Amino acid sequence: MAKITASVYTSHVPAIGAAIDLKKTGEAYWQPLFAGYEYSKQWMKENTPDVIFLVYNDHATAFSLDFIPTFAIGTAAEFTPADEGWGPRPVPKVIGHPELASHIAQSVIQQDFDLTIVNKMDVDHGLTVPLSLMCGEPQAWPCPVIPFAVNVVQYPVPSGRRCFQLGQAIRKAVESYDDDLKVQIWGTGGMSHQLQGARAGLINAEWDNRFLDRLIADPADLAQMPHIDYVREAGSEGIELVMWLIARGAMSDVAGGPAPTVKHRFFHVPASNTAVGHLILENN
Amino acid sequence: MALDKPYKDIPGTIIFDADQSRKGYWLNQFCMSLMKAENRARFKADERAYLDEWPMTEEQKQAVLARDLNWCMRTGGNIYFLAKIGATDGLSFQQMAGSMTGMTEAEYRDMMIKGGRSPEGNRYLGEDGDAQAHRQPQGAAGKHKD
Repeated sequence: MAKITASVYTSHVPAIGAAIDLKKTGEAYWQPLFAGYEYSKQWMKENTPDVIFLVYNDHATAFSLDFIPTFAIGTAAEFTPADEGWGPRPVPKVIGHPELASHIAQSVIQQDFDLTIVNKMDVDHGLTVPLSLMCGEPQAWPCPVIPFAVNVVQYPVPSGRRCFQLGQAIRKAVESYDDDLKVQIWGTGGMSHQLQGARAGLINAEWDNRFLDRLIADPADLAQMPHIDYVREAGSEGIELVMWLIARGAMSDVAGGPAPTVKHRFFHVPASNTAVGHLILENN
Repeated sequence: MALDKPYKDIPGTIIFDADQSRKGYWLNQFCMSLMKAENRARFKADERAYLDEWPMTEEQKQAVLARDLNWCMRTGGNIYFLAKIGATDGLSFQQMAGSMTGMTEAEYRDMMIKGGRSPEGNRYLGEDGDAQAHRQPQGAAGKHKD
Protein backbone atom coordinates (compact mmCIF):
# COMPACT_ATOMS: atom_id res chain seq x y z
CA MET A 1 0.00 0.00 0.00
CA ALA A 2 1.27 3.48 -0.85
CA LYS A 3 1.30 6.07 1.90
CA ILE A 4 1.85 9.78 2.38
CA THR A 5 4.95 10.22 4.52
CA ALA A 6 5.21 14.00 4.70
CA SER A 7 3.94 17.30 3.36
CA VAL A 8 6.07 20.22 2.24
CA TYR A 9 4.88 23.81 1.83
CA THR A 10 6.76 26.57 0.04
CA SER A 11 6.34 29.74 -1.97
CA HIS A 12 7.28 29.49 -5.67
CA VAL A 13 8.54 32.91 -6.75
CA PRO A 14 10.00 33.14 -10.31
CA ALA A 15 12.87 35.37 -9.11
CA ILE A 16 14.02 32.54 -6.82
CA GLY A 17 14.44 30.34 -9.89
CA ALA A 18 16.30 33.12 -11.68
CA ALA A 19 18.60 33.61 -8.66
CA ILE A 20 19.48 29.90 -8.70
CA ASP A 21 19.93 29.73 -12.47
CA LEU A 22 22.08 32.89 -12.56
CA LYS A 23 24.21 31.75 -9.56
CA LYS A 24 23.11 34.63 -7.34
CA THR A 25 22.19 32.59 -4.27
CA GLY A 26 25.16 33.89 -2.27
CA GLU A 27 24.32 37.56 -2.84
CA ALA A 28 23.32 39.60 0.23
CA TYR A 29 19.74 39.94 -1.01
CA TRP A 30 19.25 36.21 -1.55
CA GLN A 31 21.47 34.59 1.05
CA PRO A 32 18.97 34.80 3.97
CA LEU A 33 16.30 33.16 1.83
CA PHE A 34 18.43 30.26 0.65
CA ALA A 35 19.76 29.77 4.18
CA GLY A 36 16.19 28.94 5.15
CA TYR A 37 16.22 25.96 2.76
CA GLU A 38 19.58 24.44 3.78
CA TYR A 39 17.93 22.16 6.32
CA SER A 40 15.27 21.26 3.74
CA LYS A 41 17.78 20.11 1.12
CA GLN A 42 19.47 17.87 3.67
CA TRP A 43 16.09 16.55 4.87
CA MET A 44 15.14 15.87 1.25
CA LYS A 45 18.30 13.79 0.70
CA GLU A 46 17.59 11.74 3.80
CA ASN A 47 13.87 11.43 3.10
CA THR A 48 13.68 11.10 -0.67
CA PRO A 49 10.21 9.76 -1.48
CA ASP A 50 9.29 7.44 -4.34
CA VAL A 51 6.92 10.05 -5.77
CA ILE A 52 6.17 13.74 -5.15
CA PHE A 53 2.57 14.87 -5.61
CA LEU A 54 3.13 18.55 -6.32
CA VAL A 55 0.22 20.97 -5.95
CA TYR A 56 0.90 24.28 -7.71
CA ASN A 57 -0.76 26.83 -9.93
CA ASP A 58 -0.12 27.36 -13.59
CA HIS A 59 0.63 31.05 -14.29
CA ALA A 60 -1.00 31.42 -17.70
CA THR A 61 1.50 28.94 -19.15
CA ALA A 62 -0.07 25.56 -19.92
CA PHE A 63 -3.57 26.98 -19.62
CA SER A 64 -4.53 30.14 -21.51
CA LEU A 65 -8.04 31.60 -21.43
CA ASP A 66 -9.08 28.84 -23.83
CA PHE A 67 -9.22 26.22 -21.07
CA ILE A 68 -9.31 26.94 -17.34
CA PRO A 69 -9.50 23.71 -15.34
CA THR A 70 -10.13 24.19 -11.62
CA PHE A 71 -8.12 21.08 -10.74
CA ALA A 72 -5.85 19.38 -13.29
CA ILE A 73 -3.72 16.26 -12.74
CA GLY A 74 -0.75 15.49 -14.97
CA THR A 75 -0.79 11.85 -16.05
CA ALA A 76 1.98 12.06 -18.66
CA ALA A 77 5.33 10.24 -18.57
CA GLU A 78 7.22 13.52 -18.62
CA PHE A 79 6.73 17.29 -18.51
CA THR A 80 8.99 19.92 -20.07
CA PRO A 81 9.96 23.15 -18.27
CA ALA A 82 8.03 25.97 -19.95
CA ASP A 83 9.20 29.11 -21.73
CA GLU A 84 7.39 31.79 -19.72
CA GLY A 85 8.79 34.59 -21.84
CA TRP A 86 12.32 34.59 -20.41
CA GLY A 87 13.17 31.27 -22.11
CA PRO A 88 12.83 27.89 -20.37
CA ARG A 89 14.61 27.39 -17.02
CA PRO A 90 17.74 25.22 -17.42
CA VAL A 91 16.42 22.50 -15.13
CA PRO A 92 15.84 18.78 -15.73
CA LYS A 93 12.68 17.46 -17.34
CA VAL A 94 10.06 16.42 -14.84
CA ILE A 95 9.45 12.68 -14.97
CA GLY A 96 5.86 11.77 -14.14
CA HIS A 97 4.30 8.67 -12.63
CA PRO A 98 1.46 7.88 -15.04
CA GLU A 99 0.27 4.75 -13.20
CA LEU A 100 -0.13 6.40 -9.80
CA ALA A 101 -1.44 9.62 -11.35
CA SER A 102 -4.13 7.73 -13.27
CA HIS A 103 -5.02 5.74 -10.18
CA ILE A 104 -5.39 8.95 -8.14
CA ALA A 105 -7.48 10.53 -10.91
CA GLN A 106 -9.85 7.57 -10.95
CA SER A 107 -10.14 7.39 -7.17
CA VAL A 108 -10.57 11.12 -6.62
CA ILE A 109 -13.15 11.47 -9.41
CA GLN A 110 -15.06 8.56 -7.92
CA GLN A 111 -15.00 10.52 -4.66
CA ASP A 112 -16.89 13.26 -6.56
CA PHE A 113 -14.06 15.71 -7.34
CA ASP A 114 -14.05 16.67 -11.01
CA LEU A 115 -10.41 16.63 -12.08
CA THR A 116 -9.19 17.52 -15.54
CA ILE A 117 -6.80 14.85 -16.84
CA VAL A 118 -3.80 16.29 -18.66
CA ASN A 119 -1.64 14.10 -20.87
CA LYS A 120 0.52 16.86 -22.29
CA MET A 121 1.59 20.12 -20.69
CA ASP A 122 4.65 22.21 -19.95
CA VAL A 123 5.30 23.09 -16.31
CA ASP A 124 6.22 26.61 -15.19
CA HIS A 125 8.06 28.14 -12.23
CA GLY A 126 5.15 27.21 -9.96
CA LEU A 127 6.36 23.61 -10.18
CA THR A 128 10.08 23.90 -10.93
CA VAL A 129 11.03 26.49 -8.27
CA PRO A 130 9.87 24.32 -5.34
CA LEU A 131 11.86 21.40 -6.80
CA SER A 132 14.96 23.61 -7.05
CA LEU A 133 14.53 24.88 -3.49
CA MET A 134 14.21 21.38 -2.06
CA CYS A 135 16.60 19.47 -4.34
CA GLY A 136 19.24 22.01 -5.41
CA GLU A 137 20.62 21.67 -8.93
CA PRO A 138 20.79 17.94 -9.73
CA GLN A 139 21.25 16.44 -13.20
CA ALA A 140 17.88 14.75 -12.73
CA TRP A 141 15.14 15.30 -10.13
CA PRO A 142 15.43 12.65 -7.42
CA CYS A 143 12.06 10.98 -8.08
CA PRO A 144 8.99 11.12 -10.30
CA VAL A 145 6.63 14.06 -9.79
CA ILE A 146 2.88 14.18 -10.36
CA PRO A 147 1.91 17.77 -11.25
CA PHE A 148 -1.42 18.92 -9.85
CA ALA A 149 -2.48 22.36 -11.07
CA VAL A 150 -5.11 24.49 -9.32
CA ASN A 151 -6.77 27.51 -10.91
CA VAL A 152 -6.09 30.56 -8.74
CA VAL A 153 -5.84 32.94 -11.70
CA GLN A 154 -9.37 33.42 -13.00
CA TYR A 155 -12.22 33.71 -10.53
CA PRO A 156 -14.08 31.78 -9.35
CA VAL A 157 -11.22 29.88 -7.73
CA PRO A 158 -11.83 26.91 -5.43
CA SER A 159 -12.48 27.59 -1.75
CA GLY A 160 -10.12 26.63 1.04
CA ARG A 161 -12.77 24.22 2.26
CA ARG A 162 -12.94 22.47 -1.11
CA CYS A 163 -9.16 22.25 -1.28
CA PHE A 164 -8.97 20.77 2.22
CA GLN A 165 -11.59 18.14 1.31
CA LEU A 166 -9.71 17.36 -1.90
CA GLY A 167 -6.57 16.69 0.11
CA GLN A 168 -8.47 14.14 2.14
CA ALA A 169 -9.64 12.44 -1.05
CA ILE A 170 -6.07 12.37 -2.39
CA ARG A 171 -4.88 10.65 0.81
CA LYS A 172 -7.53 7.95 0.37
CA ALA A 173 -6.54 7.57 -3.26
CA VAL A 174 -2.85 7.14 -2.44
CA GLU A 175 -3.60 4.61 0.31
CA SER A 176 -5.65 2.51 -2.11
CA TYR A 177 -2.68 2.03 -4.47
CA ASP A 178 -1.25 -1.48 -4.23
CA ASP A 179 2.48 -0.79 -4.58
CA ASP A 180 4.46 0.18 -1.47
CA LEU A 181 5.32 3.74 -2.43
CA LYS A 182 6.36 6.57 -0.15
CA VAL A 183 4.60 9.70 -1.41
CA GLN A 184 5.16 13.29 -0.37
CA ILE A 185 2.52 15.90 -1.04
CA TRP A 186 3.68 19.47 -1.59
CA GLY A 187 1.53 22.60 -1.42
CA THR A 188 3.14 25.59 -3.13
CA GLY A 189 2.51 29.29 -3.83
CA GLY A 190 1.81 32.27 -1.56
CA MET A 191 2.37 33.72 1.06
CA SER A 192 1.22 37.35 1.12
CA HIS A 193 1.84 39.23 -2.10
CA GLN A 194 0.12 41.47 -4.59
CA LEU A 195 1.56 41.87 -8.08
CA GLN A 196 -0.87 44.44 -9.48
CA GLY A 197 -2.01 48.02 -9.26
CA ALA A 198 -1.48 50.75 -6.69
CA ARG A 199 -1.52 48.15 -3.88
CA ALA A 200 1.35 46.13 -5.41
CA GLY A 201 3.94 45.07 -2.86
CA LEU A 202 1.50 44.37 -0.03
CA ILE A 203 3.04 42.16 2.65
CA ASN A 204 1.26 41.05 5.82
CA ALA A 205 3.84 39.12 7.83
CA GLU A 206 1.66 38.93 10.92
CA TRP A 207 -1.21 37.37 8.98
CA ASP A 208 1.17 34.96 7.22
CA ASN A 209 2.62 33.70 10.48
CA ARG A 210 -0.85 33.27 11.95
CA PHE A 211 -1.71 31.26 8.81
CA LEU A 212 1.28 28.98 9.46
CA ASP A 213 0.23 28.54 13.12
CA ARG A 214 -3.29 27.58 12.13
CA LEU A 215 -2.17 25.38 9.24
CA ILE A 216 -0.13 23.32 11.69
CA ALA A 217 -2.56 23.21 14.61
CA ASP A 218 -6.07 23.63 13.28
CA PRO A 219 -6.28 23.28 9.50
CA ALA A 220 -9.98 22.33 9.49
CA ASP A 221 -10.84 25.70 11.03
CA LEU A 222 -8.41 27.55 8.74
CA ALA A 223 -10.08 25.92 5.72
CA GLN A 224 -13.31 27.78 6.55
CA MET A 225 -11.72 31.16 5.86
CA PRO A 226 -13.41 32.89 2.87
CA HIS A 227 -11.48 34.07 -0.20
CA ILE A 228 -12.06 37.72 0.54
CA ASP A 229 -9.99 37.48 3.72
CA TYR A 230 -6.98 36.19 1.74
CA VAL A 231 -7.32 39.00 -0.79
CA ARG A 232 -7.90 41.80 1.71
CA GLU A 233 -5.24 40.69 4.19
CA ALA A 234 -2.62 38.92 2.06
CA GLY A 235 -2.98 40.63 -1.33
CA SER A 236 -4.65 39.58 -4.56
CA GLU A 237 -2.11 36.82 -5.22
CA GLY A 238 -2.11 35.67 -1.58
CA ILE A 239 -5.08 33.55 -2.67
CA GLU A 240 -2.49 30.98 -3.83
CA LEU A 241 -2.36 29.82 -0.21
CA VAL A 242 -5.56 27.79 -0.66
CA MET A 243 -3.29 25.23 -2.35
CA TRP A 244 -1.48 24.60 0.94
CA LEU A 245 -4.78 23.28 2.31
CA ILE A 246 -4.77 20.47 -0.28
CA ALA A 247 -1.45 19.19 1.04
CA ARG A 248 -2.53 19.68 4.64
CA GLY A 249 -5.82 17.84 4.07
CA ALA A 250 -3.87 14.78 2.93
CA MET A 251 -2.07 14.39 6.27
CA SER A 252 -3.15 11.49 8.46
CA ASP A 253 -4.19 13.51 11.53
CA VAL A 254 -7.06 14.94 9.48
CA ALA A 255 -8.39 11.38 9.19
CA GLY A 256 -8.01 10.71 12.93
CA GLY A 257 -4.31 9.84 13.10
CA PRO A 258 -1.67 11.40 15.36
CA ALA A 259 -0.56 14.99 14.88
CA PRO A 260 2.33 15.49 12.43
CA THR A 261 5.82 16.52 13.52
CA VAL A 262 6.93 19.98 12.46
CA LYS A 263 10.40 19.32 11.05
CA HIS A 264 11.07 22.81 9.76
CA ARG A 265 9.45 26.24 9.64
CA PHE A 266 10.81 29.30 7.86
CA PHE A 267 9.54 32.74 6.92
CA HIS A 268 11.30 35.52 5.05
CA VAL A 269 10.48 38.88 3.43
CA PRO A 270 10.97 39.66 0.62
CA ALA A 271 11.69 37.57 -2.44
CA SER A 272 10.98 39.99 -5.25
CA ASN A 273 7.39 41.08 -4.39
CA THR A 274 6.58 38.25 -2.05
CA ALA A 275 6.70 36.93 1.49
CA VAL A 276 8.22 33.45 1.50
CA GLY A 277 6.85 30.78 3.81
CA HIS A 278 8.07 27.24 4.19
CA LEU A 279 7.06 24.26 6.31
CA ILE A 280 7.87 20.56 6.46
CA LEU A 281 5.44 18.27 8.29
CA GLU A 282 6.05 14.54 8.78
CA ASN A 283 3.30 12.03 9.35
CA ASN A 284 3.54 9.91 12.51
CA MET B 1 -29.90 37.11 -8.11
CA ALA B 2 -26.58 38.71 -8.90
CA LEU B 3 -23.37 36.99 -7.88
CA ASP B 4 -21.64 38.24 -4.75
CA LYS B 5 -18.48 40.23 -5.57
CA PRO B 6 -17.09 41.30 -2.20
CA TYR B 7 -13.73 42.13 -3.81
CA LYS B 8 -14.90 45.35 -5.48
CA ASP B 9 -13.99 47.62 -2.56
CA ILE B 10 -10.25 46.92 -2.23
CA PRO B 11 -8.05 49.86 -3.27
CA GLY B 12 -5.68 49.43 -6.22
CA THR B 13 -6.93 45.92 -6.96
CA ILE B 14 -8.75 44.44 -9.95
CA ILE B 15 -9.87 40.87 -9.42
CA PHE B 16 -9.69 38.85 -12.62
CA ASP B 17 -13.19 37.43 -12.77
CA ALA B 18 -15.33 36.27 -15.68
CA ASP B 19 -16.27 39.85 -16.64
CA GLN B 20 -12.63 40.93 -16.78
CA SER B 21 -11.71 37.74 -18.62
CA ARG B 22 -14.29 38.37 -21.34
CA LYS B 23 -13.11 41.94 -21.75
CA GLY B 24 -9.47 40.94 -21.90
CA TYR B 25 -9.66 37.69 -23.84
CA TRP B 26 -7.67 38.78 -26.93
CA LEU B 27 -5.26 40.98 -25.01
CA ASN B 28 -4.38 38.05 -22.77
CA GLN B 29 -4.18 35.61 -25.68
CA PHE B 30 -1.78 38.01 -27.42
CA CYS B 31 0.34 37.92 -24.26
CA MET B 32 0.37 34.12 -24.34
CA SER B 33 1.75 34.22 -27.88
CA LEU B 34 4.93 35.82 -26.47
CA MET B 35 5.86 32.49 -24.91
CA LYS B 36 7.35 31.55 -28.28
CA ALA B 37 10.76 33.04 -29.09
CA GLU B 38 9.85 33.63 -32.75
CA ASN B 39 6.76 35.63 -31.73
CA ARG B 40 8.82 37.70 -29.29
CA ALA B 41 11.21 38.50 -32.13
CA ARG B 42 8.37 39.47 -34.48
CA PHE B 43 6.75 41.65 -31.79
CA LYS B 44 10.04 43.41 -31.05
CA ALA B 45 10.72 43.99 -34.75
CA ASP B 46 7.41 45.82 -35.32
CA GLU B 47 5.15 46.05 -32.28
CA ARG B 48 2.27 47.79 -34.01
CA ALA B 49 2.19 45.34 -36.92
CA TYR B 50 2.26 42.37 -34.58
CA LEU B 51 -0.53 43.81 -32.39
CA ASP B 52 -2.63 44.43 -35.50
CA GLU B 53 -2.70 40.67 -36.10
CA TRP B 54 -4.88 40.35 -32.99
CA PRO B 55 -8.54 41.39 -32.69
CA MET B 56 -7.78 43.55 -29.65
CA THR B 57 -9.40 46.95 -29.12
CA GLU B 58 -7.42 50.01 -30.13
CA GLU B 59 -7.27 51.01 -26.47
CA GLN B 60 -5.74 47.66 -25.54
CA LYS B 61 -3.10 48.08 -28.24
CA GLN B 62 -2.31 51.61 -27.02
CA ALA B 63 -2.02 50.36 -23.45
CA VAL B 64 0.45 47.66 -24.54
CA LEU B 65 2.50 50.08 -26.66
CA ALA B 66 2.63 52.46 -23.67
CA ARG B 67 3.68 49.56 -21.39
CA ASP B 68 1.14 50.91 -18.92
CA LEU B 69 0.16 47.77 -17.01
CA ASN B 70 -2.53 49.52 -14.95
CA TRP B 71 -4.15 50.61 -18.20
CA CYS B 72 -3.79 47.09 -19.60
CA MET B 73 -5.52 45.72 -16.51
CA ARG B 74 -8.40 48.16 -16.77
CA THR B 75 -9.00 46.81 -20.29
CA GLY B 76 -9.13 43.23 -19.05
CA GLY B 77 -5.47 42.23 -18.81
CA ASN B 78 -4.36 39.85 -16.07
CA ILE B 79 -0.97 40.25 -14.45
CA TYR B 80 0.13 36.65 -15.06
CA PHE B 81 -0.57 37.11 -18.78
CA LEU B 82 0.85 40.65 -18.92
CA ALA B 83 4.04 39.31 -17.36
CA LYS B 84 4.90 37.83 -20.79
CA ILE B 85 5.23 41.39 -22.14
CA GLY B 86 7.57 42.29 -19.30
CA ALA B 87 9.56 39.12 -19.87
CA THR B 88 9.85 40.00 -23.55
CA ASP B 89 11.24 43.39 -22.48
CA GLY B 90 13.69 41.64 -20.14
CA LEU B 91 12.03 42.91 -16.95
CA SER B 92 11.78 41.09 -13.64
CA PHE B 93 8.43 40.60 -11.94
CA GLN B 94 9.51 43.16 -9.34
CA GLN B 95 10.13 45.76 -12.03
CA MET B 96 6.72 45.02 -13.54
CA ALA B 97 4.83 45.21 -10.23
CA GLY B 98 6.71 48.33 -9.20
CA SER B 99 5.80 50.03 -12.47
CA MET B 100 2.14 50.03 -11.40
CA THR B 101 2.68 51.95 -8.17
CA GLY B 102 4.02 55.31 -9.34
CA MET B 103 7.26 54.57 -7.50
CA THR B 104 10.68 54.42 -9.09
CA GLU B 105 12.31 51.01 -9.29
CA ALA B 106 14.59 51.93 -6.38
CA GLU B 107 11.71 53.25 -4.25
CA TYR B 108 9.68 50.10 -4.78
CA ARG B 109 12.63 47.80 -4.15
CA ASP B 110 13.44 49.69 -0.92
CA MET B 111 9.84 49.38 0.23
CA MET B 112 10.00 45.60 -0.29
CA ILE B 113 13.33 45.27 1.51
CA LYS B 114 11.82 47.17 4.46
CA GLY B 115 9.03 44.60 4.69
CA GLY B 116 6.68 45.64 1.91
CA ARG B 117 3.52 47.70 1.80
CA SER B 118 1.49 47.63 5.00
CA PRO B 119 -2.08 46.33 4.86
CA GLU B 120 -3.01 49.10 7.31
CA GLY B 121 -5.39 51.50 5.61
CA ASN B 122 -5.32 49.42 2.42
CA ARG B 123 -8.04 46.84 3.10
CA TYR B 124 -11.08 48.92 2.06
CA LEU B 125 -11.68 51.83 -0.28
CA GLY B 126 -11.78 55.12 1.58
CA GLU B 127 -9.23 54.29 4.27
CA ASP B 128 -6.04 56.33 4.42
CA GLY B 129 -3.38 53.84 3.35
CA ASP B 130 -0.76 54.49 0.69
CA ALA B 131 -2.63 52.54 -2.01
CA GLN B 132 -5.78 54.67 -1.73
CA ALA B 133 -6.77 56.82 -4.73
CA HIS B 134 -6.29 60.11 -2.87
CA ARG B 135 -2.70 59.12 -2.03
CA GLN B 136 -1.72 58.62 -5.71
CA PRO B 137 0.75 59.01 -7.27
CA GLN B 138 2.69 57.50 -4.43
CA GLY B 139 6.27 57.86 -5.67
CA ALA B 140 8.69 59.95 -7.67
CA ALA B 141 8.05 58.04 -10.91
CA GLY B 142 4.43 59.22 -10.97
CA LYS B 143 5.09 62.87 -10.14
CA HIS B 144 5.48 63.97 -13.75
CA LYS B 145 2.46 62.00 -14.95
CA ASP B 146 -1.13 63.22 -14.92
